[in-house]
Amino acid sequence: MRSAVIVFPGSNCDRDMAEALRLVSGRAPAMVWHRESELPDGLDLIAVPGGFSYGDYLRSGAMAAQSPVMRAVKEAADRGVAVLGVCNGFQVLTEARLLPGALMRNAGIRFVCRDVALRVENSQSAFTARYQAGEEIVIPVAHHDGNYQADDETLDRLEGDGRVAFRYGGEVNGSARGIAGILNEAGNVLGMMPHPERMVEAAHGGEDGLRLFEGLLETVS
Amino acid sequence: MKIRVYVTLKNGVLDPQGKAIHHALEGLGFEGVQGVRAGKLIELEVDESTSDDAIDEMCRKLLANTVIENYRIERTENAA
Repeated sequence: MRSAVIVFPGSNCDRDMAEALRLVSGRAPAMVWHRESELPDGLDLIAVPGGFSYGDYLRSGAMAAQSPVMRAVKEAADRGVAVLGVCNGFQVLTEARLLPGALMRNAGIRFVCRDVALRVENSQSAFTARYQAGEEIVIPVAHHDGNYQADDETLDRLEGDGRVAFRYGGEVNGSARGIAGILNEAGNVLGMMPHPERMVEAAHGGEDGLRLFEGLLETVS
Repeated sequence: MKIRVYVTLKNGVLDPQGKAIHHALEGLGFEGVQGVRAGKLIELEVDESTSDDAIDEMCRKLLANTVIENYRIERTENAA
């Protein structure tokens, strides 16, 4: 699997993401700086990592969404390349309109940093192929703006089309309908607030995130 | 020319920050506050030749996220 990790000023989960990708695929991803206007050829996966790109100025992900590299990411997504946005990466993908809705301040105001239970809602996507639908997994979250909101029509469409990939097992941040991760219409773009790359080896306290990357390895390479 | 852009949350969008401010005002003993919504004020200094369309585009592309926010543009000809 040939992958790339996008790096913005203020990204801080880029190396964790790179390590998870290297662990699963045996191949180090290309690290692509936000000023680049082109991506390496032949990519199977683009990861937009967590962090605080551009200091979360204006809105989380707003500035990063306008950076030159995101135009290339959009083009790649349109061609069907898999794109995974985690945490700030999810915020960037919504701001770039690759995914619908928006991520707002947590309903409880506080930053939430803990392991959370997630229910896998859709096991048909490239990202969730190694999970069972309805399965409960544990993945950590660490965010201030993870409160997913969209209008009812959009939420109905996401649910009706099986585009809710993960739902929180309990109350975490006020997200509409407990949504933790969503897919785009074509199913090749996933945005999620929890951090699968932080749950890929026993020393992390669990390996539930590993199967997300293994599923990608099987389906997109 | 000075432009002020007011960015506010759309009606019906939950505003946790506004709620916290409301709660804090009540905690200070202020009565009669029915609700609080927090927004942003962005001031731009632009060339006189900048068109309304260009400013509107700035709002749609970056300054506001129209999924959750509304914006209002105010021109102040003479910056004090």
